[in-house]
Amino acid sequence: MRAPRFRAGAFATVLALSLAACGGTSGDGNTAAPVQTDAASTFEPGTRMKELADAGKITVGTKFDQPLFGLKGLDGKPEGFDIEIAKIIAAALGIDESGITFVETVSANREPFLEQNKVDMVVATYTINDKRDMVVDFAGPYFEAGQDILVAKGNPKGIAGPEDLAGLKTCSVSGSTPASTIQTKYPEATLVLFDTYTKCRDALGNGQVDAVTTDNVILSGYVAQDPDKFELVGKPFTEEPYGIGIPEGQEEFCDFINETLAAAAESGAYAEAFESTAGKVIKDTPELPTPPRGCQN
Amino acid sequence: MGAVLDNLDVLVEGFTATLSLTFLAAVGALLLGTLIAAMRVSPVPPLRLLGTLYVQSVRNTPLTVVFFLVVFGLPEVDVIVSFYRFAVIALTLYTAAFVAEAVRSGINSVASGQAEASRSVGMTFSQTLRLVVLPQAFANIVPPLASIFIALLKNTSIAYAFGVFEGTQAMNRLINDNGSDVIAIIASAALGYLVLALLSAAVFSRLERAVRPAG
Repeated sequence: MRAPRFRAGAFATVLALSLAACGGTSGDGNTAAPVQTDAASTFEPGTRMKELADAGKITVGTKFDQPLFGLKGLDGKPEGFDIEIAKIIAAALGIDESGITFVETVSANREPFLEQNKVDMVVATYTINDKRDMVVDFAGPYFEAGQDILVAKGNPKGIAGPEDLAGLKTCSVSGSTPASTIQTKYPEATLVLFDTYTKCRDALGNGQVDAVTTDNVILSGYVAQDPDKFELVGKPFTEEPYGIGIPEGQEEFCDFINETLAAAAESGAYAEAFESTAGKVIKDTPELPTPPRGCQN
Repeated sequence: MGAVLDNLDVLVEGFTATLSLTFLAAVGALLLGTLIAAMRVSPVPPLRLLGTLYVQSVRNTPLTVVFFLVVFGLPEVDVIVSFYRFAVIALTLYTAAFVAEAVRSGINSVASGQAEASRSVGMTFSQTLRLVVLPQAFANIVPPLASIFIALLKNTSIAYAFGVFEGTQAMNRLINDNGSDVIAIIASAALGYLVLALLSAAVFSRLERAVRPAG
């Protein structure tokens, strides 16, 4: 019996050594920020950060169907800018990639998941707005998107802005902020709603709709996929600040996230996170929006 | 609850569309389904084969796939109508397969002597079906038809993903605009479907009594 136990022990030692080695080489792999392995000892007892760091685990809600931001591929690993942002925050808590559990949140369950503590934070192209702020707290914003319009190549209907959508079939996703904006601000557009933007793209390709509208970053992905078929109007007409949703009443955690984002912008990890994901399509790497909106409410 | 009460008009508008989709597709499916059932019991082998093929292929295809083929397939052959009509077409095609089977079971439940007697007095196949067999068959299939149409009512929610504003899409719109009231909004949409389903059940149970043979 002794020999196997010894072997198991040796294996654990080797594993621990190799993990330590991984931690030592910062910037290794595709994580932009080095994992703060001693993070747990730096937090005050009783804070949310201490709890998470001690547990060594964090559950993050994200989208699995949003190209460039949060897209789950065939290998089962979600990829995108939102994922990288979540990794940066986890790394500052001393949690490496293996300690992050990504849970799919769609637009309709982001607030309930936070309210029921099913996730520790939500990074899911989550536009900060007042009604949402009533039930959850937002750190960030970490990105500033804007609503734009995608049209067929050559812009046959001559659409220069949202005013020109009057009477035209305009496609977006049911229950999304862009759809709501069209409904309230440009009610003369004939809104056609699907459940995913890819269907809108196909309908535009077929000529069944005249335009697709949503955040510019998503539309850019479609232009990149098919530059012979589509073009972007390129004049964003809203401001969509993407925030990191956390359960209400965790002001310290919110401040911590904002500090982490600021540090990542400083160190270049933020830019690296963008360039390795959304930046493959969107050439201008953004600055971290500053100042953060503040965590008091 | 506030968000639901403030936006009751959106939900009502949505569920009105749910109801109209259900009604149009139900009428379409009843007609098409009866025709297919007639094909399946007809004395002409190619018609029988065609009817069987239709039922087996459509009934065994998920409704979302049927929607996909209709909404994105028909435009490939230059059939472009509104998304509402596409939805009615998809729901009709799908539900007709189930209606056809219910009607066929009704036809088979009519004693074969009835059809033989009609043929022996010189009626054609279609007269036999129309005047003798189907009236008796329909009396027997009201309960399964009720189930099929209630399923249709709920199936209309798939149309939300294909460009049609109906109950589920109304729900999604409210959820996005009122992140603070998500559970109440989902519950009220569920209630919407429940009320409509109970209403249809009530209509069918009256119908069942009305068509029950005297005696």
